[in-house]
Amino acid sequence: MTYIAKPKFRHPSLPTNALGFTRRDYEGTVSTLCAGCGHDSISAAIIQACFELSLPPHRIAKLSGIGCSSKTPTYFLGASHGFNSVHGRMPSVLTGANLANRELVYLGVSGDGDSASIGLGQFAHAIRRGVNMLYIVENNGVYGLTKGQFSATSDRGSKSKKGVVNTDEPIDLVGMALQLGATFVGRSFSGDKAQLVPLIKAGLLHGGAAFIDCISPCVAFNNHEGSTRSFDYVRAHNEAVNRLDVIPARAEITADYAPGETVDVRQHDGSVIRLKKVAADYDTSDRVGALTYLQRRQEAGEIVTGLLYLDEEPVDLHQSLKTAEKPLNALSDAELCPGAGELAKFNASLR
Amino acid sequence: MPQRLEATNDFVVKFANVNGSGSASANRLFAKAILRMGVPATPRNIFPSNIQGLPTWYEVRVSEKGYLGARGGIDLAVAMNPQTWDRDVKEIEPGGYLFYDSSKPMPDSKFRKDVNVIGVPLTEMCNNAYSDPRQRQLFKNIIYVGALAALLDIEAAVVEQLLAEQFKGKDKLIAPNVAAFHMGRDWALKNLQCPLGIRVARRDAIGDKIFLEGNSAAALGAVYGGASVCAWYPITPSSSVAEAFERHCRRYRTDKETGKGRYAIVQAEDELASIGMVIGAAWNGARAFTATSGPGVSLMQEFLGLAYFAEIPAVVIDVQRGGPSTGMPTRNQQSDVLSCAYASHGDTKHVLLFPEDPRECFEFGATAFDLADRLQTPIFVMLELEIGMNERLCAPLAWDPARKLDRGKVMTAADLDAARTFGRYLDVDGDGIPYRTLPGTHPSKGAFFTRGTTKDRMARYSEEGPDYVDNMERLLRKFATAARLVPPAIAKPAREATRAGVIYYGSTSPAMDEALDVLRERNIHLDALRIRAFPFGPEVEAFLDAHDSVFLVEQNRDAQMRTLIVNELGVDPARIVPVLNFDGSPITARFIVNAIAERMTGANVKPLRKAVP
Repeated sequence: MTYIAKPKFRHPSLPTNALGFTRRDYEGTVSTLCAGCGHDSISAAIIQACFELSLPPHRIAKLSGIGCSSKTPTYFLGASHGFNSVHGRMPSVLTGANLANRELVYLGVSGDGDSASIGLGQFAHAIRRGVNMLYIVENNGVYGLTKGQFSATSDRGSKSKKGVVNTDEPIDLVGMALQLGATFVGRSFSGDKAQLVPLIKAGLLHGGAAFIDCISPCVAFNNHEGSTRSFDYVRAHNEAVNRLDVIPARAEITADYAPGETVDVRQHDGSVIRLKKVAADYDTSDRVGALTYLQRRQEAGEIVTGLLYLDEEPVDLHQSLKTAEKPLNALSDAELCPGAGELAKFNASLR
Repeated sequence: MPQRLEATNDFVVKFANVNGSGSASANRLFAKAILRMGVPATPRNIFPSNIQGLPTWYEVRVSEKGYLGARGGIDLAVAMNPQTWDRDVKEIEPGGYLFYDSSKPMPDSKFRKDVNVIGVPLTEMCNNAYSDPRQRQLFKNIIYVGALAALLDIEAAVVEQLLAEQFKGKDKLIAPNVAAFHMGRDWALKNLQCPLGIRVARRDAIGDKIFLEGNSAAALGAVYGGASVCAWYPITPSSSVAEAFERHCRRYRTDKETGKGRYAIVQAEDELASIGMVIGAAWNGARAFTATSGPGVSLMQEFLGLAYFAEIPAVVIDVQRGGPSTGMPTRNQQSDVLSCAYASHGDTKHVLLFPEDPRECFEFGATAFDLADRLQTPIFVMLELEIGMNERLCAPLAWDPARKLDRGKVMTAADLDAARTFGRYLDVDGDGIPYRTLPGTHPSKGAFFTRGTTKDRMARYSEEGPDYVDNMERLLRKFATAARLVPPAIAKPAREATRAGVIYYGSTSPAMDEALDVLRERNIHLDALRIRAFPFGPEVEAFLDAHDSVFLVEQNRDAQMRTLIVNELGVDPARIVPVLNFDGSPITARFIVNAIAERMTGANVKPLRKAVP
């Protein structure tokens, strides 16, 4: 990490987005993670995605649990409210926050220890409820802050820095998210910004439970020979099924590709995800097919990345609960309190 | 012939039933009929952790004087459950009455010589009148209500009216129920000596009082208090709080045109998620609560600590019960006092409210949200099974039409633009309570990162010791502010000057009122103080100072409130004498009177435990 404070001045020619913000307006404080940490690349990708989408920073709420990944929300979106909650419980805090105000964009940041071990239950239930959020797991297969213990996503046979071989089966969060009904599922790699940035953009615009498993090697404890989460290993085994561009609602759609090479998918908010297929037969609208494909490729030792599943018409928790359009945190006294007259009637019914 | 207990409007009836036999609504009809005759009656459910088959009891205390606490003993046992026959018969007062189904002969050894036996061939009557087995079961309950009405002089017209109200909308059911009622009543009038020595006589002792469960009242309080998010996990005896909240919200918070609700209720996957959602929602500016019981509070500990340190308003309605496992948990206790007061890791203290009856459940259920927002901290509303799951006669619920919800110190976009300094943990007003902003308020001002500890006054990351100490001391100032805002303890002075006092709280209230009357008749005078909240206001300390010795009546083994008082107020433990009832049954005036009278000789109260010279 660096200890030099970020300078506040900016170059006058920095490009601005539709809101007049520069990329710098989406940054946070300087990262305290290790130099070269994959998580910093993900923070940079989040900053880039929010800048490119011209999201008002204060309309984003960023929530996390505990761990290296959960520290990162301090390092991006400094003008957004953030909540560093308790270990493994970000999903419930985010769910509650979302219930209180359905109009903000919710970004949940977690790690593999936070989501696949202590928080596996909360991860599962937030997904199956269809909470409108983007849930990113910065997955390095190891506990960083406590110095190198295996996490529940470590592959069987993967070797720790101290040479211990992991004997437990890994939990595949992508497979779980698919089974639990996530309406947007993607996987990416912190070292592949070109793939990750549009995936985050698409996830932020998605109107339901969006999940991205982002492989993010730990340079301190899980980047050695024998690890299946090292930069080298992931680069060698990364099998992207598609590449994507995100075209926000109302933006002009221009054709860059020859017909047949791309598929346009329109999301509920009007944005378009333009998928450039890499694996010709991969269908992002087939949940069961996705599960099968992932398991086959995993068996072959490959890490499948890209947009893996998308439901264009997600049903989110507020729709299921039939909550009012007006955010619950903005309701007036009169909209909340039935008043003395109703209470008199209630009393009368109890005699 | 045994002697016959004689009493008008002052007796206890206990129904012994089999769980799941449909007796609950018939028994409730019985209690309600007495209330409609203008006579106070208090029912209590004593139920197992079971859906069908195990014993369940419904006790009704009839008391013209309005004593609503459990009395102990039975004057009339309605023994409908062979499983519990022996213990039910044993509990009857000498000269009392035993009502039973005489369809099958019982050996003489099963009866007591000093108890009056009333046999009614209920099963035989049902079998003759009905062919459907389910009808035989359900109408048997109504038939015994009919027979009891004859035996106790309960007016038939009152019961008919109640049945009409109960089956309104399902009008077809009214006539057969009325017929079953009269079948029992007519049989008793013809074959038995009616009325018994104990009986009901019409009075006007109810006034405008209402009859409801504390759980429903607390949930309605949450509606009136502006709660819009409820996250919960099923646990007896608190589940009916969330269920009632949903019912009340459907009625009061649903848009008639769109069908959409101004509320959100989530049945979470566990108590950890429940409190997590509450904290998330409250952080984001909605009033949010969870309803739970002791084991749930245990599971919420880590989050409660976070809410304390991060200063998030959150309301926990804790309906107390016996400890872990199933069984005792369907019985009453006041055993979560310490686990709530000091919930979580690190140095924490929480605000607790102790309602005495459904009316206060409503009042505190609403006030808790104002306190939570004002103090930016978790607030516990400490119900108990006794008042939560039993219907109780109480004063009508009240709401001041001029009352506004107190949203506490929340800075708006306009406040931020007015260039007021915003520091999330800055004590601007000297009351220990900082200002907060809600996410999404302002494009460039007021955002901060919420953490447990490790921050300075401006919410910047800080691992410095002085910053930590500064923050922790401010939290103590905030707690002192809380002591000024919570409902104060209520004193009930004795009619004669005394140096002895008694402190009590929660569901002990009606038994205590009665005990004070009985003790006074015995020339034992005690000043009484009912604690309604923690932290304690100055009135609690003043009460302790004004008395040489003080009894503390509570319903747990370890005298938890006493520990809290000793610890927080620095009182000499020898001055507080615990009176403890913790077998799961509701505390009775008899118990309190015996415990106190035993320790006091005559009217002259002396310090109970003098320091050894």
